[in-house]
Formats: sequence, structure tokens, C-alpha cells
Amino acid sequence: MTQPAAAQSLPLPADWRDFFALTKPRVMTLVIFTGLCGMLAAPTSIHPVLAFTAILCIAIGAGGAAALNQWWEADLDAGMRRTKARPLPAGRMERTSARDFGVGLSAAAVLIMGLAVGWLASALLLLSILYYAVVYTIWLKPRTPQNIVIGGGAGAFPPLIGWVAATGHVTLMPIVLFAMIFMWTPPHFWALALFVQSDYAKVGIPMLPVVAGEAATRRQILIYAVLLLPLSLVPWWIGGAGLVYGVAAAVLGGVFLALSARVGLRQRSGPDDAMRPEKQLFAWSILYLFALFGALVADRWLA
Amino acid sequence: MTDLPDPDSPDYMAQRKRVIRQRNVATALVLGFFVILFFAITIAKMHH
Repeated sequence: MTQPAAAQSLPLPADWRDFFALTKPRVMTLVIFTGLCGMLAAPTSIHPVLAFTAILCIAIGAGGAAALNQWWEADLDAGMRRTKARPLPAGRMERTSARDFGVGLSAAAVLIMGLAVGWLASALLLLSILYYAVVYTIWLKPRTPQNIVIGGGAGAFPPLIGWVAATGHVTLMPIVLFAMIFMWTPPHFWALALFVQSDYAKVGIPMLPVVAGEAATRRQILIYAVLLLPLSLVPWWIGGAGLVYGVAAAVLGGVFLALSARVGLRQRSGPDDAMRPEKQLFAWSILYLFALFGALVADRWLA
Repeated sequence: MTDLPDPDSPDYMAQRKRVIRQRNVATALVLGFFVILFFAITIAKMHH
């Protein structure tokens, strides 16, 4: 049957997979994991259904914040090789759809967390979403090379929220977990920024390697890695975790520091440098966080 | 990822309908999941 011309001019709506891609599922994996670990490491138990709901809300909130991030940065994403295939820069979705989807997910996550789990956890979730979508994406990222240092706080919220969802209050231990991810974020992102810096420079994002140069970035990576090692041992020192965690944190942190030192003390050999140490540090930084928080939970449940 | 066919092609409306149908199914599944979740939360909070 032949379609009328007016019908044929109707736009093709975005696929559900594009909406799913807006939530940055790979980043969400780490958010879910650290949130779950914060909850499981807490010295109390929570009903499994409420625990599942809390983690779901953390995931939905992270997805909403990611959608708002992509809505705001659609033009920048179009100019970078790493991000130009995303739904908005690729033209597979209307910008307003991404904005509405992000606001809807965020509001639903905060509301359900408050009603089902608790309003303190809900308030922290709202704070983390606003921190990522407004403080980091809109305010800091385009303005200062310290964007990811302060903006890293957004990614540090999940274990704090997980802990508060289980216990109902904030103590020193979840603040230390927050600080650990806060301190982990700069070397993690700057390792990535070192090998994709040409992309950031092209769209005018003042990432540290673009503004201060590679040498300064490598030095900063090493400084943060040095600070992260003792900080990761604090849960053991304050009695929030046992020897299993302490040994794991020392070993994992030692490797992290060694890889950071290799990045921090070298120079790019030339324009054809494959940047293997930087890529290895980036890969290890992800594994490190999974393993460190896994050790925290293992320690709590083995004790 | 959605392919973007030529709007003049005969497959265009079929693809449009397929995308909308898949979105409707996905929305229904999500809503159904939340109905079950809300029920489970209610039961859990009654026993908590």
C-alpha cells in the first residue's frame, strides 16, 4: 500500500536502545557496584526488597544525571570522536526528549527513594544528581581545569547513599568511602584525558592536559595516587574494616601507585606514542575501584 | 541503534511502526515492573 506524502515525512522516533544509551550503562555499572558495596559494608541489615529499591534508585538517578549531561553537552559530544556516535550528536533523538527523560528519571529516583527507603538517602541522591548535572556539567567542566577534581564528588556519592539507605544516618566511615572515590577520580580521568586530549582540545573543554600541559597532569596524577594509598587504608585504621580489607587496599593501592608513577615520571616519546602506560593506568583504575570495594564487602561478610 | 532510512522508501513507515511498537512494549514492561516493585515495597514495609 502506498503511504501518503504527509505520513512519510513523519520523523523516525528514537529507539528505546537510544534512551538506554543515554543513561551511560557502563558508568552505571560502577555506580551500582559502589552503591551496593556501601550498603553491604554498613554495620546493619536492610530488607532485601528495600535494598534492591535503593540500588535501583541510585542507578536510575545516575541514568537521569547522565541523560541531562548528554542533553547539555550534545554540541560538544558531536565534536569528539569518542562521543559523536551518542544518540543526540548522531541525530537519532530530539534534544528535548533527552532533557525530559533525564528530568523524569531523576525525579522518579528521588521520589521512590524517599518514599520507600528514607528521605536522607533521597536528599543525598538529589544532591548527587544536581552535583553532576549542574555543578559539574554546566558550571565546572567548561570553566576550570580542576573540573573533575571537584566534579568527582558526584561519582563519590553512591557508597554514601548506599550506606545511608541501610543505616539511616551519616557516620565517618561512609564519608571516608566518599573521600576515597573523590581522590581516585582525578588520576582515573586524567589518565583518560592524556590519551584523548586532542578531542577535548578540539571542543574547548579545559581539561588539565589541555590547559596546564602534559607534564603538570602527570605530576598531578602521581600526587593524587600518593594521597589515595593512605586514604584507602583509613577504613582499616579507624576499625571500619578488618585485615582482609587492609591487605587488599595496600596491595591494590601499591599497584595503582606504581602505575601512576610510571605515568607521572615519563614523557610522551613522540606524536606516535601509543600511550600504553596511560591506558594501562586507566584500565587498572577501574579494576582497582571494583576490587577495593569488593574487598570491603568481603571483609565485612567474612568477619 | 536506529537506522535512518530514506523517508521516501516504502520501508520507512514499517520501520517507524516497529520502533514505536518496541518503545510501547518497553514502556509497558517498565510500568509493569514498577507495579510489582511498589507491591513488594508495601509488603516489605508492613513487615519492617
